[in-house]
Amino acid sequence: MPTDLSTLPQEPGVAKPDPILVVDDMRKRFGGIVAVDVDHLEVQRGIVTALIGPNGAGKTTFFNVLTGFDRPDSGHAEFDGQSIDNASPHKLAKRGMVRTFQLTKSLTKLPVIENMKLGATHQRGENFARALVTPMWRAQEAEIEKRGEVLLDRFNLAHMRDEYAGSLSGGQRKLLEMSRALMADPRLVMLDEPMAGVNPALKQSLLNHVRGLKDEGISVVFVEHDMDVVQGISDWVVVMALGAIIAEGPPDAIAQNELVIDAYLGAHHDEPLDLEEAEVWLPDDNGEEE
Amino acid sequence: MQAVFGAVDWGFIIDQSLNEGFDINAIVYALAAIGLNVHFGYAGLLNFGQVGFVAMGAYGMGLAVTLWGANPFLAVLVGVLFAVVFALLLGIPTLRLRADYLAIVTIAAAEIVRLIARSTAMRNITRGAEGLNEFIGPFRELNPFDPSQIYGLGPFQWRGNSFFVIIVGWTLIALFLWLVWQLMRSPWGRVVKAIREDEDAARALGKSAYWYKMQALILGGVIGGFAGMILALGNATVQPDYYVAPLTFFFWLVLILGGVGRVWSPVVGSILFWISITFVQNLGRQLVDNGIISTSIMDSTQIDQIRYWVVGIALALLMVYRPQGIFGSREEMALDAH
Repeated sequence: MPTDLSTLPQEPGVAKPDPILVVDDMRKRFGGIVAVDVDHLEVQRGIVTALIGPNGAGKTTFFNVLTGFDRPDSGHAEFDGQSIDNASPHKLAKRGMVRTFQLTKSLTKLPVIENMKLGATHQRGENFARALVTPMWRAQEAEIEKRGEVLLDRFNLAHMRDEYAGSLSGGQRKLLEMSRALMADPRLVMLDEPMAGVNPALKQSLLNHVRGLKDEGISVVFVEHDMDVVQGISDWVVVMALGAIIAEGPPDAIAQNELVIDAYLGAHHDEPLDLEEAEVWLPDDNGEEE
Repeated sequence: MQAVFGAVDWGFIIDQSLNEGFDINAIVYALAAIGLNVHFGYAGLLNFGQVGFVAMGAYGMGLAVTLWGANPFLAVLVGVLFAVVFALLLGIPTLRLRADYLAIVTIAAAEIVRLIARSTAMRNITRGAEGLNEFIGPFRELNPFDPSQIYGLGPFQWRGNSFFVIIVGWTLIALFLWLVWQLMRSPWGRVVKAIREDEDAARALGKSAYWYKMQALILGGVIGGFAGMILALGNATVQPDYYVAPLTFFFWLVLILGGVGRVWSPVVGSILFWISITFVQNLGRQLVDNGIISTSIMDSTQIDQIRYWVVGIALALLMVYRPQGIFGSREEMALDAH
């Protein structure tokens, strides 16, 4: 099933055969800083897309804007052919676009299984009036619980079922957050640095889980720093620097891309980048900034 | 010891204390604290103006009778409506913001309610500082008990009029305890508790944090409104200057004493609060009256202050040795520390 993207031109904003997410002219500024400045981006359905870039490239802000946690100054985005401009986060989640956070948001004072059950959308018992009448939601609750248990088992958390989520380790919280996102039956999962702060052994298991999502037909976008991680797991890589998309392509091609090495690794190893260099990379817009 | 305390009438003190533990005041505090528990204990909403909801309930019910001659059931409905409107007024501008904004707005809004109610400009409607005193009639007509008779057992004896309000009050408490228990074991409660923990996590999972917080604010506010209605019925009056800001903190005290986020804690907290405060007051009065405590140390007018000292010290000790309150879970508290 994996779509072959190797024949696509490797340039920023390239059109994909079957995009699940399309972004146009999206801008977000914080004071004088341009955090997001994306002309055009398409995310292919059914694959794992990595969003990489050096610190401060605007990856998380871009995520926040796309998932409704932040408002763009301008721009347009479509999810599965329908506009998601001005959509609030909870509506996006209900429509099948679920995100996780860089700093895990386990609900520490709820047991692990309750965390899972919360993830299910369209619960009858979440309505105030129906919540008062147990028979209205008991059957659905049991079904959701079963689904949660199956997922916990798959993510190696079954033994923690009844523990408070606050007693999980950092890595387990990442697993919990990912599996909880799946409870919503998403079509697109947006993972914000799923590997951050996770030990190497667990990293491998997380990678396998991300690949597992793809095998289920779920599209994945994830933010990552580490180029090695990206190599092993992603089908397509999008590189951001200074808020803009500077390159796109399959992982091995990106690893050799001159611009990427400069922006990403170069900036890391040599010296902090200055404005003149930035202008060279971003010929369109950034040159005319005040 | 025997010589010192021999003159103290322990039976009377204990009877008085137990009686107060189940009297109108205890009911009012319990209801207000049940509302606060919904707000803070479950939804994480910092409401420092619960007394405003109590006042809205009392005034809504009273005004419905004095202004429009409403029948008792309609009057109660108006009281509920007042509390709902107050919740909307507070919630709409603040619930999208961080938790502290609600705290600031509630404490101010509760004072605004009191100041408007007692203002001379409103004299034709709220009777200003005089308060509402002519609404009790229609409610008394519903009273099946004989006002001249005494009802009840042991220390729990009241005259007919009070007895009626106390029965209604405890029925309401039972009803709202069931409501809170049922809601908090339902998926609705799960969403509310999730929002208390981390609003963004709940939003990312498809729950409208704003709407659930609004529902919780309204629910807790309406329960607070019923506290005001019971108070008004028990005292047969609505006095604006009863609804002062410190009252809110007594509701908080009652909640924390019982343990935040537990169904029973507001009720047990309120009963214990009223028993202990009455006990200290009566004991103090007898010790002074019998000359056991010399008037050079304390006279009977100072007992009212002393009783709050004693309760304050007791609460401080509770916080040191049992910070989760009577019913709270220490394990859950420890999770905050990470």
